[in-house]
Amino acid sequence: MSERDNHSDVEDAAYGDAPEQFAGEYPIRIRGLTNAFGDFKVHEDLDLDVKRGEILGVVGGSGTGKSVLMRSIIGLQIPREGSIEVFGRNITEAEPDEEIGVRNRWGVLFQGGALFSTLSVGENVQVPLKQFYPELDQELLDEIARYKVVLTGLPEQAASKFPSELSGGMKKRAGLARALALDPELLFLDEPTAGLDPIGGAKFDELTRELTDTLGLTVFLITHDLDTLYAICDRVAVLADKKVIAVGTIPELLENEHPWIQEYFNGPRARAATATHERGKALDKQGSEKA
Amino acid sequence: MREWAQYSVEEAGGRATVIVTGPLLVSSIGKLDPELRDYNESVQAIDITDAHPIDTVGAWIIHRFAERTGADIIGASEQAEALIDAVEGASSDAEIAPPRPHSIGDISENVGIKVIDFFGGVKSAIGFLGAVLMGAGGLILHPRRFRMKALVRQMELVGVSSLPIIGLMSFLIGIVIAQQGAVQLQQFGAETLTVNLVGRITLRELGVLMTAIMVAGRSGSAFAAQLGTMKLTEEIDAMRTIGVSPMEALIIPRILASVLMMPLLGFYASVVAIIGGAVIGEVMLGIPFWTFLARVQEVVPIYDFWVGMVKAPMFGLIIAMAGCYQGMQVKGNAEEVGLRTTAAVVQAIFMVIVLDAFFAVFFTEIGWA
Repeated sequence: MSERDNHSDVEDAAYGDAPEQFAGEYPIRIRGLTNAFGDFKVHEDLDLDVKRGEILGVVGGSGTGKSVLMRSIIGLQIPREGSIEVFGRNITEAEPDEEIGVRNRWGVLFQGGALFSTLSVGENVQVPLKQFYPELDQELLDEIARYKVVLTGLPEQAASKFPSELSGGMKKRAGLARALALDPELLFLDEPTAGLDPIGGAKFDELTRELTDTLGLTVFLITHDLDTLYAICDRVAVLADKKVIAVGTIPELLENEHPWIQEYFNGPRARAATATHERGKALDKQGSEKA
Repeated sequence: MREWAQYSVEEAGGRATVIVTGPLLVSSIGKLDPELRDYNESVQAIDITDAHPIDTVGAWIIHRFAERTGADIIGASEQAEALIDAVEGASSDAEIAPPRPHSIGDISENVGIKVIDFFGGVKSAIGFLGAVLMGAGGLILHPRRFRMKALVRQMELVGVSSLPIIGLMSFLIGIVIAQQGAVQLQQFGAETLTVNLVGRITLRELGVLMTAIMVAGRSGSAFAAQLGTMKLTEEIDAMRTIGVSPMEALIIPRILASVLMMPLLGFYASVVAIIGGAVIGEVMLGIPFWTFLARVQEVVPIYDFWVGMVKAPMFGLIIAMAGCYQGMQVKGNAEEVGLRTTAAVVQAIFMVIVLDAFFAVFFTEIGWA
């Protein structure tokens, strides 16, 4: 590509050329990823594909680099080696400006919510909208902020509250509202249900599933929550030994011999989660039969 | 080029239908939104058969239009229907931001709030001083709880690591005073008095004062920012619950370090400034370097040294107190850390200068002129 072409590309992206919806099969493709801090290698030669329209759960013990993987994909962590393609564009080689073409197509929910503390929740939701679509009316921005806040399960008055006035769970929901502000195609959730009460957690799961189905999202979901895995994830990727050692549906993973996977899915908590899940399914069945 | 969503109106048999075409996405409805908002004709239906793809923002605009005009939505795909249902259930009319007052009537209110805050601030600052004294008293009674390591670490940060910058600053100040003073004194043929000027003013005033300003900028701000951030991340609460007193672990070492290091830094600054003056004496006035230094000993009374050394620990106390007090007042958000840090530095420098003026008059009155 000549330098001139490159320039006009960047300009289009900066002015928010209506992004084509991604039509390929894999919005995220990672090949040979190596991440290291000093001598300590977090990932080595890691491969992972995320299918369009799926919720991919990412699990792994503490310190296996789940968050680092997410930060690599969204361009916050420069990998030492390997390539990461998001929507068919190589993130690792992209100039910062060029990434803008991708940034308005994903939403990220950080672990602590990472809300801007000097802005109210509603204003937080408006930040990405103002950044990418300056042509929108203030009135429309306000309306969007209002319905996004309610859509993520917050009470409507929460829109005018500051992050420091919210509880942990509400911060997560507000963070999700901001992540969804641009109606992204790709959503990154970093431990969305951690620290939520079981009811709140289950509602958050339901919400994620519902949004995924109505908006056609692809979700990259880091979690420790077995209930979340069973309830909403289409596939699960397991991180261990600096790699993704297995990707598949839960039944497929249960067949896997790897000791960590066995321990993870057959531990006491996993059995409890399975039981809950199956009870839920049985109840659903009963319900539908009665109806 | 970007493809915008558009609309057209079709009338048939007295029924007006608004037909929306193009992608109904957040990226493409910037033009359609105000047009539909201003649409005031009678309309019976809105057709979105040819409007896709659609996202929640598009769905919201269609829903809002349909609700305002009473039009029926026709031709919605399954996805569009689901989205419209979703945003319909989520509509609200809550405020986005808390009201931010800015009318003229508020000025008097704001002034009142400032005044009350000022007195509240004075009260809590005195309270903080009391808490520090209580903490210090507790440490005197239980010296084993004293944190030597923290103190040494703070002394290093406040004192040792600021030597280069304070040295450079003082050297330049010495040069400026000697050079400017010499120019003025030459008019009276009294350029040898440059020695008196440099020696007395640096030991008495400038050495300590400039050091205090530098320490306020370097360390006072650091105290406020550190403690403020620790407050935000609940580290201070965590310390309290573990039974570690933040006063003993954080505040007293910082205050003590400043009080101890300020006299040393102030004296060091004075000496370096005199050296700077001596260099100018050698270069401009033809006074040999060593003669200049020897003359300083003769013309500067010893009480000038004591004036500086009495003030220095006071200044250190004020700077550290302002920094720690403001840091501990942080609550809420990151902006507050910045505001409090600024306040710490401004208050510290202001109070140092006020106190310095007081000392100047005081020492002259008691005969240390």
